[in-house]
Amino acid sequence: MIDWTGILITIVKIVVVIGGLMTGVALMTLVERRVSGVIQFRWGPNRVGPFGLLQPMADGIKFLMKEEIIPRDAHRPIFILAPALSMITALAAFAVVPFGPTIELFGRPIDLVILDLDGGILFAFAATGLGVYGIVCAGWSSRSKYSLMGGLRSSAQMVSYEVALALSVVGVLAASGTLRPTVIVEQQAGWFWNWNALGGGQILGFVLFVIAGFAETNRLPFDLPEAESELVAGYHTEYSSMKFAMFFMAEYIAMFTISSLAVTLFLGGYHLGFPLPFEGLPLVALQVGTFMLKVGLFMFFFVWVRWTLPRLRYDQLMDLGWKRLFPLALANVFLTGLLVTFEVI
Amino acid sequence: MELVAFVVLTTLAFVSGVVVVVHRNQIVAALSLAANLVAIAGFYLLLQAQFLALLQVIVYAGAIMVLVLFVIMLLNLPDEAHRRGGGRVQGGLGLILAGAFVVLLGLAIARSGDGGFASTSGGFGTVESVGRALFTRFFYAFEAISLLLVVAMIGAVLLAKRRL
Repeated sequence: MIDWTGILITIVKIVVVIGGLMTGVALMTLVERRVSGVIQFRWGPNRVGPFGLLQPMADGIKFLMKEEIIPRDAHRPIFILAPALSMITALAAFAVVPFGPTIELFGRPIDLVILDLDGGILFAFAATGLGVYGIVCAGWSSRSKYSLMGGLRSSAQMVSYEVALALSVVGVLAASGTLRPTVIVEQQAGWFWNWNALGGGQILGFVLFVIAGFAETNRLPFDLPEAESELVAGYHTEYSSMKFAMFFMAEYIAMFTISSLAVTLFLGGYHLGFPLPFEGLPLVALQVGTFMLKVGLFMFFFVWVRWTLPRLRYDQLMDLGWKRLFPLALANVFLTGLLVTFEVI
Repeated sequence: MELVAFVVLTTLAFVSGVVVVVHRNQIVAALSLAANLVAIAGFYLLLQAQFLALLQVIVYAGAIMVLVLFVIMLLNLPDEAHRRGGGRVQGGLGLILAGAFVVLLGLAIARSGDGGFASTSGGFGTVESVGRALFTRFFYAFEAISLLLVVAMIGAVLLAKRRL
């Protein structure tokens, strides 16, 4: 017996989440440029619509109208596949992020998460891990030196930082005793000192996660795969039109995923941080809003850092990943083990 | 539902497997191998072993195959499109070994009978049950393997350092 209503509900959730993400991505492209303008004492795009709010739409139309160029020597199937791979893996990781509690609609409990999986955190890591393929494929299939160098750099970088990223989460998992994101969020309910980054003793894990997350999403100060001064644009040098836009969107979706994972794992997920006297749908709406606000603040942090810090050199990047973050993450696992053993947390 | 998933996964696994062997371009072959590994993770999911499926994707498709791709790209091998395949001895040996493998597989399938798989209980294949099994029933094997991996890692570092 196939549960058609359940399938329909899941499809609705997927549509809502992807719609929300795409809106967020469009907004972020504007926020990034406006905030960079503020940081650098200039205006940024403010001509199209009020405050430049229609700028993302103008950009989107521009991308669609541009000529699509595939280099003559490119490996066509993989060249076309690469941007799709980037998008799919970036979107898939978001499936396990809970953006609200379970609600009751028409006598049916509905979890506000697309996929409530027992190994949910692992699923997110599996999806982000596969994200490397999009970049590697793009770099290789373009048959351009700059693209290839960008692809190589990024695969090395992502594989290195994935280790630190995964290890930094182990502390949270050990303290919560589960890999299911919904349960991890529920354990952080109530006052904000129940959040894993504060009362959970995972402040070191949180800092490590954020740094490794920046590297994993190829953002400054770790954007070596597309370092303009050295590699033109890195792995997507040869891409134009909507294919380039897909890489662009995949990068922002990956940022949203890392932000939501950080919020879910360390900052109490959709919980407000203090108990409220009322329940039901108003509270749920408030909680979903809280989740979006937290993720939004995190995204702002991404932008802030990008326009503040200079880029690392390649050897510094590898040093930081393997010689600093990795041992610190191991130490965090050890410390959390001690705390859990002696039942401090 | 299960049958549809099985047919799709089998097609994907079979086609990508053939491409790995036949295709002349190393990168395409490596990518097909990654697709093959993901398809096998799908089989694990069908067998209720979700933890194993996720690990298969993370470790094999997400880490090992990326390293393999990385090495192929670094070596910058010439396209094999114009190179001829191996000699007659190689071909004959390949055929014999493949035949032997088919016989072995056939025997194994024939031995297992057609009783299907034993039904699984509710917690089967979850992180918790796998973890519990690893740290109780298979404790010594688990620790022995981790020791072996450490030794291999130290050996690799030693070998690499000597040439630096």
